[in-house]
Amino acid sequence: MYGFIAKRLLATIPVMGVVAVVVFLLLRLSPGDPAAVLAGDAGSPEDVHRIRVALGLDRPIHTQFVIWIGQLARGDLGTSIISNIPVTRMISQRLEPTAALAVTTILFAVLVSVPMGVLAAWHHGTWVDRAVMAFSVIGFSVPVFVLGYLWIYGLAMSLKWLPVQGYVSISQGVWPFAQRLILPTLTLSVIYVALIARITRASVLEVMGEDYIRTAHAKGVADRRLLIRHALANAAVPIVTVIGLGVALLIGGVVVTESVFNLPGLGRLTVDAVLARDYPIIQGLILIFSSVYVLLNLVIDIAYTLLDPRIRY
Amino acid sequence: MSTALPRTLPGADAVPGTLTALARSAVLRHPSVIFGAVVLLILTVMAIFAPYLGTVDPRALEPAERMRGPSEAHWFGTDFYGRDLYTRVVYGARISLIVGVIVAVLSIAIGLAIGLVAGYVRWLDGVIMRFMDGLMAIPGILLAIAMIALSGASLATVILAITIPDIPRVVRLVRSVVLTIREELYVQAAIAVGTRLPKVLIKHVLPNTIAPLIVQGTYVAASAILAEAILSFLGAGIPPEIPTWGNIMAEGRIYFMVAPRIILFPGICLAFAILAVNVLGDGLRDTLDPRLVKRM
Repeated sequence: MYGFIAKRLLATIPVMGVVAVVVFLLLRLSPGDPAAVLAGDAGSPEDVHRIRVALGLDRPIHTQFVIWIGQLARGDLGTSIISNIPVTRMISQRLEPTAALAVTTILFAVLVSVPMGVLAAWHHGTWVDRAVMAFSVIGFSVPVFVLGYLWIYGLAMSLKWLPVQGYVSISQGVWPFAQRLILPTLTLSVIYVALIARITRASVLEVMGEDYIRTAHAKGVADRRLLIRHALANAAVPIVTVIGLGVALLIGGVVVTESVFNLPGLGRLTVDAVLARDYPIIQGLILIFSSVYVLLNLVIDIAYTLLDPRIRY
Repeated sequence: MSTALPRTLPGADAVPGTLTALARSAVLRHPSVIFGAVVLLILTVMAIFAPYLGTVDPRALEPAERMRGPSEAHWFGTDFYGRDLYTRVVYGARISLIVGVIVAVLSIAIGLAIGLVAGYVRWLDGVIMRFMDGLMAIPGILLAIAMIALSGASLATVILAITIPDIPRVVRLVRSVVLTIREELYVQAAIAVGTRLPKVLIKHVLPNTIAPLIVQGTYVAASAILAEAILSFLGAGIPPEIPTWGNIMAEGRIYFMVAPRIILFPGICLAFAILAVNVLGDGLRDTLDPRLVKRM
């Protein structure tokens, strides 16, 4: 078990290494002069030169690479070329809204989608099943920002139930904080709910065909217990896998959702950095988001052994 | 029901040359395929015949007609600059469809080439797949944003920036097909009689990848249409003077409280376009992949 964890941890190193190399090459291999593009049309030759020096592009490429890897190893993501503030500090300042949104979205999505999928599998072929499947196809296709504006239009503008936009830190009161997270959570979680519900339905359906389910049924196990203890428990591995893989969708969605609802999180930081052509921030955010994705999937891989005793490493 | 079903297994219809049989089987299995096809047909007509559909010049400014609601003259109303919203939404279909089709074709072509090599050339396999794993760990939208920020926004860079993050998934798919097929007896036999590697790949392995790639291609097209709209919406995509659904929505953001229609009309078109392509993909998948059909 510990050997497996160690092996799995080691396997993340090449993946993160490739991420670092891709991000490094992105800047160096882009067509034209990236310093000139980042300086913008209004940029003077001095601006271009300043950006080139700030990004270290004036040095030979192998030196640049050594410096880059050295910085990363020390946890240094560089400094913003606009504000000169270290990227790590800018990111940590914007972490709270994104973390809050991510947690509420994942919790809400799992709590809604798993029962939905189980229900659809249990009532396989009935209207319940068809409704869940239709929801999952439509939910997977409606773009996050379209959905966000539909919620704003319906729940905030027409019914006036919730504030339209903005963010209040949890330290300033739980209700104002929660109130402003409801719409963003509803927006971001729909695609995730659709994805997990579909997989849950499929895996529970598959397990339901197994002999031990029929045996349990025959010996009189109650439906609810059969469904949860026997079917869902054995269908857990694919469900948990898709929860991990779906995080990639969430990361893209966070950028959009935060823009729609004006949340001052990492997604907004990304958009602001793009509009200001502040490349070190974009680069830092890619590294952070990718690490989160890789680490989360590592945790999930390890969690398999707990979920399914048949899996031994 | 049984009389309406095709006479053989759905998978058996998947032989080349029986496209009509294939389409019929898809429609019978998934009536929603009709919905997808109709929506796509409407969008294609919109894109091709945009100038002839009661539209005006999408960039024509009419300052006197700013922010008007829907009327006889302006079916969807006008925007802040007095441009006709209906016209702009119709023209927006062009960019979305172009991006969807080109990204799908490009990522499939590149992914297929890399996947065939990875699946067949053992010593390259490890290197290629580790690289693809790393590329997949980077959120696609962020990678696209970074590429566009570095090389300037244009239709070509946007297409390229959306294509690259999609390639690893195609490579994985092709490689997995190749790894199964290369163990098949007929492939082993071909190698045993001395068929050269390129010929083995093209004659024996390639045909097996076609069905899954068509399905994958539709999903790639759907996600590309979405990605283009997201990038434009965030201000990191197609230059704002070109009417795309994402750009129209981006401009409508500040006026959302007074004129939600500026966002809702293109948004609903976008949602329908993506839904149509996804539904078509589901129909194709269940028709082309007999393993999934069996489970149904």
